[in-house]
Amino acid sequence: MASITLQGITKRFGDVTAINDMTLEIADGEFFVLLGPSGAGKTTTLRLIAGLEAPDAGVLRMNGEDITAAAPARRDCAFVFQQYSLYPHLSVYDNIAFPLRAPMRRIDEDEIRRRVERVAAMLHIEATLQRKPTALSGGEMQRVAIGRALVREPRVYLMDEPLSSLDAGLREELRVELKRLQRASGATVVYVTHDQVEATTLADRIAILEHGRIRQVGTPSEIYDQPMSLDVAQRLGSPAINVLPAAWFTGSADPHASHVAIRPEDVVLAPDDGSQSYAVIECSLVKHLVVAERSGVEVRARTMLDQALVPGARVRLSFPPERCMFFDASGRRLAAA
Amino acid sequence: MAEIRIQNLQKRFADFTAVHNSSLVLEDGKFVVLLGPSGCGKTTTLRMIAGLEYPTAGQITLDGDDVTYLRPRERDIAMVFQLFALYPHMGVRDNLEFPLRNEGVPRAEIDRRIKEVAAILRIEHLLGSRVGGLAGGDRQRVALGRAIVREPKAFLMDEPLGTLDAEFRELMCVELRRLHERLKTTTVFVTHDQNEAMALADHIVVMNKGEILQADDPHGIYNFPSCVFVARFIGRPPMNLLDVRGALEAGASQVVLDGHAVQVPVVQGTAARALLGARPEHVRIVAPDDGLAGRVERVEYFGSHWIAELHTEAGVLKALVDKNIRPSEGERVGLRFDTNRLVLFDADTERLVQSVTTNAHRPSMRHG
Repeated sequence: MASITLQGITKRFGDVTAINDMTLEIADGEFFVLLGPSGAGKTTTLRLIAGLEAPDAGVLRMNGEDITAAAPARRDCAFVFQQYSLYPHLSVYDNIAFPLRAPMRRIDEDEIRRRVERVAAMLHIEATLQRKPTALSGGEMQRVAIGRALVREPRVYLMDEPLSSLDAGLREELRVELKRLQRASGATVVYVTHDQVEATTLADRIAILEHGRIRQVGTPSEIYDQPMSLDVAQRLGSPAINVLPAAWFTGSADPHASHVAIRPEDVVLAPDDGSQSYAVIECSLVKHLVVAERSGVEVRARTMLDQALVPGARVRLSFPPERCMFFDASGRRLAAA
Repeated sequence: MAEIRIQNLQKRFADFTAVHNSSLVLEDGKFVVLLGPSGCGKTTTLRMIAGLEYPTAGQITLDGDDVTYLRPRERDIAMVFQLFALYPHMGVRDNLEFPLRNEGVPRAEIDRRIKEVAAILRIEHLLGSRVGGLAGGDRQRVALGRAIVREPKAFLMDEPLGTLDAEFRELMCVELRRLHERLKTTTVFVTHDQNEAMALADHIVVMNKGEILQADDPHGIYNFPSCVFVARFIGRPPMNLLDVRGALEAGASQVVLDGHAVQVPVVQGTAARALLGARPEHVRIVAPDDGLAGRVERVEYFGSHWIAELHTEAGVLKALVDKNIRPSEGERVGLRFDTNRLVLFDADTERLVQSVTTNAHRPSMRHG
């Protein structure tokens, strides 16, 4: 197991700066999630840690040791990719055993058998060990791919969207399993995803990446409840956070505020009393969501209703002041009024 | 514009029945999703509508015309296999024109349609560009444009988003839905992904093992699942199912779980053995000495809420918990249920047992 430190790491591809002066400390045994849209630099960060790419500037350390120039094998990271890449001609057993049979490892077959069986039990794929990967379902194949990473007992696991090719049910099941495995083994995991559910449920800490830069690092609830910028506020939360004009909050808002943001579950829906009226655009009893509009601004409220509101119905919405977040014109968070 | 009717449709491959005796009316202008696990018969049904398979028995009509045994190109329906295959060496305009030139559409008509499609998809400024240089989202819109430029009566789509990476899949769902709002072309869309179904559908048809289990709007499918399979297939985490003690009698307004009695909507059916169905958002955590006693086994954080896994005498269940309450693992709690949202299933047939709430609901789609 290992801690990882990135210090001033920059990576360019031609004219494009994929990673821009990134500094990050990942603790030993931490489940660390890199969250961001595609093109943010998440995968490049993983590849830099693994040694599959070399940085143009900066220092990379593992357990304090400078490994910036070390070969990938010396770093001892196990990579799990989004698309499971298994050897179709080998059995599941041999696929999982494969990394242990590398000539430099010299592990005897009894030890290999012990480790493969232990990993297979953890992932509930004992029954498939003698089968070929092509005879497995997608979820089973991805378990085998994860198993092949786990069996090595490396210093660090690097996972690049390992669940995103699976359907919803399996994704949930494997997500829970991954977290359990990580807790039980105390492994350091760096996990890339664009899926906020994976981020908030798996992470000890999350780093929000955008355009090759880290926007904020914190625990899931710090990122969700205390975003330092508007784009971080918009990165987590489904449905997305409401961004309202500061003019709606005159008197209660900081004079420098140009946007006020409030989470849909914090918006309070009340029957219209004739004062402020919003017109319902959409109401979903499945998503527990009401979308309403006032002067061209859409507001989303997450609320449990027994009866659907019809589009066009008038409702009153209120925004509890203690739930509002204020941002200046550049999107920077302002202290509460 | 097209209404598609399927009557007593059946498809056998040797001794395997892919689709059992199905009847369904797909209303004009609706976005209908055929949803189910692999092997459920959804793709076979779609292929019969397209004319790529002929049924063993039954009839398909398009706006009243029998098309059951017409060849695919004799039906005015566009099958979209892969939304996202573009010719990389051609420009955007050529990619869009290609299907029309193939069909011998006159020049002036081609220009009219390209202009219209480009406006709908907001890609006018890209018409002169090469496909290779496009950003992901623009590329998807061009691919969509190539499907809609033919102006068919209906679109048939077989897991068109399946090969995309997860993020683009979500973006394309929004884009497809927006497009449908605009065009209102009858669309039949096959997927195994309930998120896609919920995001896109006016109507959802849930299939399993060659049978239609339920056909309704998303609200009906979610709140009044016709059977245990639908209840568990839709919704994440899935609906909780708890064993009810004793038989279910018509007129009952409560059921007994191990250790606790629960109020339910007045029962209008009967069952020798029953299951109580409760979605996680309809289970509420209350004080430990109130309701059904439970212990918090595990919590997961979702930002706007927590999902707690709870162990009780009546079984394991999951509850959606307000973000302002922080349940801790090992904590003892009480559980209450939102009476009006509860459903009951016959444990032997696994079918929904009627109650005052299920009877008040009118399904928005007809099937048999």
